[in-house]
Amino acid sequence: MIEIKNVSKVFKGEKSDVHAVSNVSLTIRDGEIFGIIGFSGAGKSTLVRCINLLERPTSGEVLIDGQDITKISARELRSARKKIGMIFQHFNLMPSRNVFDNVAYALKGSGKSKNEIREKVRELLKTVEMADKETAYPSQLSGGQKQRVAIARALANDPKILLCDESTSALDPQTTKQILNLLKKLNQVLGITTVVITHEMAVVKELCDRVAVMDHGKVIEQGETFSVFANPKEPLTKAFIATTSNLKKIHELIAENSPAIALKPGEIIAKLSYTERSVSEPLISTISQKFGIVLNVIFADIDFIQGSPIGGTVGIFSGEREKITQAIQYLIEKNVFVEVIKDERSA
Amino acid sequence: MSEALEKIMPNVMADPERFWDSVLATLEMTAWSGCIMFVLGLFFGVILTVTRDGGILKQRAVHQILDKLVNLFRSIPFVIFIAILLPVTKAIMGTKIGVRGVIVPLVAASVFFFARQVETALAGVDPGLIEAAESMGKSPINIIFTVYLHESVAALSRGTTITLINLIGLTAMAGYVGAGGLGDYAITWGYNYGHTDVIWVSVLAIVVIVTVIQCIGGLIAKKATH
Ligand SMILES: Nc1ncnc2c1ncn2[C@@H]1O[C@H](COP(=O)(O)OP(=O)(O)O)[C@@H](O)[C@H]1O
Ligand SMILES: [Mg+2]
Repeated sequence: MIEIKNVSKVFKGEKSDVHAVSNVSLTIRDGEIFGIIGFSGAGKSTLVRCINLLERPTSGEVLIDGQDITKISARELRSARKKIGMIFQHFNLMPSRNVFDNVAYALKGSGKSKNEIREKVRELLKTVEMADKETAYPSQLSGGQKQRVAIARALANDPKILLCDESTSALDPQTTKQILNLLKKLNQVLGITTVVITHEMAVVKELCDRVAVMDHGKVIEQGETFSVFANPKEPLTKAFIATTSNLKKIHELIAENSPAIALKPGEIIAKLSYTERSVSEPLISTISQKFGIVLNVIFADIDFIQGSPIGGTVGIFSGEREKITQAIQYLIEKNVFVEVIKDERSA
Repeated sequence: MSEALEKIMPNVMADPERFWDSVLATLEMTAWSGCIMFVLGLFFGVILTVTRDGGILKQRAVHQILDKLVNLFRSIPFVIFIAILLPVTKAIMGTKIGVRGVIVPLVAASVFFFARQVETALAGVDPGLIEAAESMGKSPINIIFTVYLHESVAALSRGTTITLINLIGLTAMAGYVGAGGLGDYAITWGYNYGHTDVIWVSVLAIVVIVTVIQCIGGLIAKKATH
C-alpha cells in the first residue's frame, strides 16, 4: 500500500516559488491500477516522483507498506527503489547498450550470477514479447518496442509497485492500446500495484480501477473510475471526460442549426447518460415498445469501464407528448440521467 | 633510397638520429602528460558535472570553487605555467628540465581545458537516463561509471582528441626546458640555421601524429555509437 500523506513540493525559483504539489493525500491499494490525470504542469510527475523519492517532498510523508521512505537512509532508499519500478514517456533506454544489456543493467549488483541474470533477462523479454530483439540497440526499435524493453527493465527486480509517467504519451493510438494491455496483463498476472500518470482520459478509462484528478498541485477529485466517469463533480473532470466522448458534438450541431437535427413539432432531443453500473436492459427498445414512441438515435457512445457500460446516447424522441414525458420518467427511475437538449413539444 | 632522401632533405639526413629523438620526445611528452591529463581531467569534469545544481551529488561550494579554478587556470599561458610551476615540477619529478621537467606544466595547461571537454560531453547524456538509473536504486558512484561515462564514450573520445592535439601544440614549446621534441627541433636545427627541409619534415611528422590520433579517436567514437 502506498500512503501519500499531506505531501507538498515547492520548487524554489528565481522570482517566485513553484508550488508543484500542494498538500496531497492519497492512498493507493495493493494490486490496483491507480490513475492520476491532469493537464500538463498540474504536478502529476512531481507527485509520482515523490513515491520513489526522485523528488523529495518539501513536507509530508510517503509510506510504502507502512514505512516512511522520506526518513530512511540513502542505502535503504536504494534497496526500496529496487522494489519500485518506473517507466517513462521517453523510455530512457541506454543507447550504448543493446536490449539484453539494458534489462541486465537493472540486475547488476543484485548478487545474481551471470547465468541467473541471463535467465532472468530472457524471461522478462519473453513476458514483454521482445525475446527476438535481444541484440538490437534502442535506436533500431520502434517506440512501442522501446517501452516494452523499458517495462522489462522496470520489472527486473520483481518490484511490487510500477510507476508509469506518461508512458504511452509518445506512442500512436494502436501502440498505446498494446502497451496498456500489457500493463493490464502484468497487473493481473503479477499483482503489481500500478500508478499511471496521464493527461489522456482514454488511458484512465481503459486501464484504471481508481483515478485522481489533479489541478494546480492539488487533487480535486478522486474515486473509482466508473463513479468518476458517471458522476464527475468538478468542471475539469467533466472536461476530461468530454474528451473521450463524442456526445458533445450534439451541441455543435445545434449551434450550426444542422438539418440532421431539425425537429418537427412535438419532438425533443435528449441526451441519456448511464450513471449506474449494470444498465444492461435494452432501454431504448423497451421504452419504444412500452410507451409507443419512436426514439431515433443520433449519437451513441457506450463504453465499458471495469466491465460496466458507461456513456450515453443522444436521440430524437417523437410521439405523443404524454408518452414522451412518461418515457423520460421511466428512464429516470432506471437511473438514467436525462438531459433535454432541445424541446419542440410546446410549439 | 637513402641517396634520394639525402637529396630532398640533406639537413635531416645529416643527423637522422636527432630527428628520431625529437619524434620520440614529442611522443613521450604527449603520452605521459596525455595519460595524466586524461585521468585528472576526467575526475574534475565528473566532479563539475555531479556537483552542479540538480546533479546527483549536488555540492554548491565544491562546484563553484572548482568552476572558478578551471576558468582561472585555463587563462594562464603555457610558458607562464612552466615558470610558475618550476618548484612544483622539481618537487614531483625531481628535476626541472628534460621531458620529465615539462610534464607537470603540460598537464597543468591541458587538464582544465579537458575538464571542460568532459563536462560538455557529460552534459550531453540524457538526464532521463540518470533518472532511470536512480529509479533502479543505483548509487551515485555507480551512475557516474555506468551511465555518465559509459554513455558518453563517443563525446569523450572527441574531447580527448581535441585536447591531445592541443597538447602536441604545447610540446613545441618544451624546448624552453630542454625537453626537445619536434617543435624544438624545427626551431633550433631548422629555422635558426635556415634548414627549410628540417622545418618541413617536422611539420610532416606532426601532421602524421595528429592524423593518427584523430583516426583512433574517430574509430572509438564510431564504435561507441549505435
Ligand atoms: N525541477 C523543477 N524545478 C522547478 N520547477 C519544476 C521542476 N519540476 C517541475 N517543476 C514545476 O512544477 C510544476 C508541476 O510540474 P510536473 O509535476 O512536471 O507537472 P505534470 O507532470 O503534471 O505536467 C510545473 O509548473 C513545473 O514547471
Ligand atoms: Mg509530467
